[in-house]
Amino acid sequence: MTLAISARSLARHFGAVVAVDGIDLDVPRAQIYGFLGPNGSGKSTTIRMLCGLLVPTRGTATVLGHPVPREAETVRRKLGYMTQRFSLWDDLSVTENLEFMCRVYGLDRTARRRQTEDRIRTYDLGSFSDQRAGTLSGGQRQRLALAAATLHDPELLLLDEPTSGVDPQNRRDFWESLFALVSRGTTILVSTHYMDEAERCHRLAILDRGRIAAEGEPKQLARSLDATVIEIECADLTAVRRALAGMPAVRSMAQLGNRLHVLMRRDAVNPQDELRALLAGQGIEAAVERVGATLEDVFVAAIQLRDQPQAGAERAA
Amino acid sequence: MIWLERLLAIAAKEARQLARDRITFGMIIGVPILQMLLFGYAINFDVRDVDAVVLDQSRTSLSRQLVGDLQATQVIRVVHQAGSERELRQLMRSGQARVGIVVAADLERRLFEGGRPAVQLLVDGSQPSLENLAQGLRDMPVLRRAGAGAGAVASFEIRTEYNPSRRTAVQIVPALVGTILSMTMVIFTSGAIVRERERGNLELLITTPVTRGQLLAGKLLPYVAIGLIQTTLILLVGAALFGVPLVGSLVDLYLGALVFIAAALALGLFISTIAQTQFQAFQMAFVTMLPSILLSGFMFPFEGMPAAAQAIAQVLPLTHFVEIIRGIVLRGATLAEMRAPLLKLLLFLLVMFALAVARFRKRLD
Repeated sequence: MTLAISARSLARHFGAVVAVDGIDLDVPRAQIYGFLGPNGSGKSTTIRMLCGLLVPTRGTATVLGHPVPREAETVRRKLGYMTQRFSLWDDLSVTENLEFMCRVYGLDRTARRRQTEDRIRTYDLGSFSDQRAGTLSGGQRQRLALAAATLHDPELLLLDEPTSGVDPQNRRDFWESLFALVSRGTTILVSTHYMDEAERCHRLAILDRGRIAAEGEPKQLARSLDATVIEIECADLTAVRRALAGMPAVRSMAQLGNRLHVLMRRDAVNPQDELRALLAGQGIEAAVERVGATLEDVFVAAIQLRDQPQAGAERAA
Repeated sequence: MIWLERLLAIAAKEARQLARDRITFGMIIGVPILQMLLFGYAINFDVRDVDAVVLDQSRTSLSRQLVGDLQATQVIRVVHQAGSERELRQLMRSGQARVGIVVAADLERRLFEGGRPAVQLLVDGSQPSLENLAQGLRDMPVLRRAGAGAGAVASFEIRTEYNPSRRTAVQIVPALVGTILSMTMVIFTSGAIVRERERGNLELLITTPVTRGQLLAGKLLPYVAIGLIQTTLILLVGAALFGVPLVGSLVDLYLGALVFIAAALALGLFISTIAQTQFQAFQMAFVTMLPSILLSGFMFPFEGMPAAAQAIAQVLPLTHFVEIIRGIVLRGATLAEMRAPLLKLLLFLLVMFALAVARFRKRLD
């Protein structure tokens, strides 16, 4: 399996701020690779280094077989990039924006017409193709941006939070388009902070404060989570939280609606019984059940681990 | 030619956006006309009808005739008759009169004997250009005619070539082409790159195969056309309203204008590679404006400036263009005869564009 992107110890500092802190990355071809992480975790900075917009402070990166930023210009011909913020021209129409991008990518007149018409059809832009881009809705803009990024049939698409500010239906449609592209051999690197989108990726890297906290296929990540997940359903979750706060076996807690997901250390024996007894002892009525880990649990665990370095040290000892 | 194709793609996009920006488009036409009217009508170095106060201590028919002659020149207009020197001074101090004319009591004897001045002209030195006026009045034969008669003929005759009626508009309008162009061109282009940076377009654009040269030159092209339109507009309005002639060749004029427009645009582009926001770009563009207007020879003679100011003026493209356009439009010079300033303009253009390209990076850091 050849790699579309490969990076070693890639790092970028902005003055004293370390945005990306030495990451290793291997992105296989014809897959969707996800960057999941909170704001400021280094997703955008990494993507920008990969397309040659930022020079790494240290480390190396190879994109489509070319070292960047040295051969960034060669890479740019084979690359489509969708910026986090809508960056086509508000005062040009949908068609004008697409035709301009075609010309910039050096397509001749016939190819220009063919590609523009095809993308308008594929991304359902026909009903507003003469409308100025500035007047489009969030979902329409994002379809236009994807259409523009794919005009020159790039081998690799870098999508920086493409669905932020887009409603769920449009997000689902957008992902369908991504899978269609992948089936034709395109490699896609997409950053997101939506859990459901991360679950759809072939592979995933969870980024936290400039480092990769966990990496792998979403299912496998959930399976290999180094914790037992206990789900507690209770009317008074605040009381439950207070009761569990001091327990050494509890690594973290995260509320999902009226349920609480408690991550417990793996070595705890029968943790659900232990919790049940503890809550009953305090007179708290609650349903306690052991469940399979979700990606959300993986995410929480990965990020909390770094908040409590002593937990990691304890585990190592 | 894929290289040219990309450049034209950028230029076409820029032109389309400009055409849709109604305010900017209005400014392209409106600013030159407004400035023409302001500069053309308001600025007049040819001073007329200056308010004057007369203190006639002689009170003879000769003194009255003399004051009448002065007034007939239309340079001054007598608005007050002062009874005393004190009153005259008070009128001048309060600004009700800019010129004081004191006729000596023994006017006729002084004129007859010569040696001592018979009439004293007091000029308000706090006002610019009035001093020249006094010089002019002194040399007028009027004040001599009443005298001995002989020696009234001046030894030198002065003729103003290329502008025989000495109208300020003739001096101002051709140079105004340069002033207006450097205002609009520098300000428009200095914003061009920065605007796309602010709106986020640039991040996408620099991730495409477009080269720096294509991007920058493509952005300049539509403004070159606008510059030529403005040049035409100013010269047409100048001819229609102020009777400014075009003595030289039209082709030479447009070629010269083309080089200057490109030079002003390159300066704007250079600014836009430094500025982070459109507001900063505007401020920087403005900083280049004031020395251009003051030092280029547009309003004040270049020859009168101290060496340091002259050195600064040499760096300003407007200085050389004012020289070129006055030469072509008023003196009928050919572009070949204007090659010295033209070469300096070309040099400025090349250096500025090279600096802009060198400073512009297809990166975000």
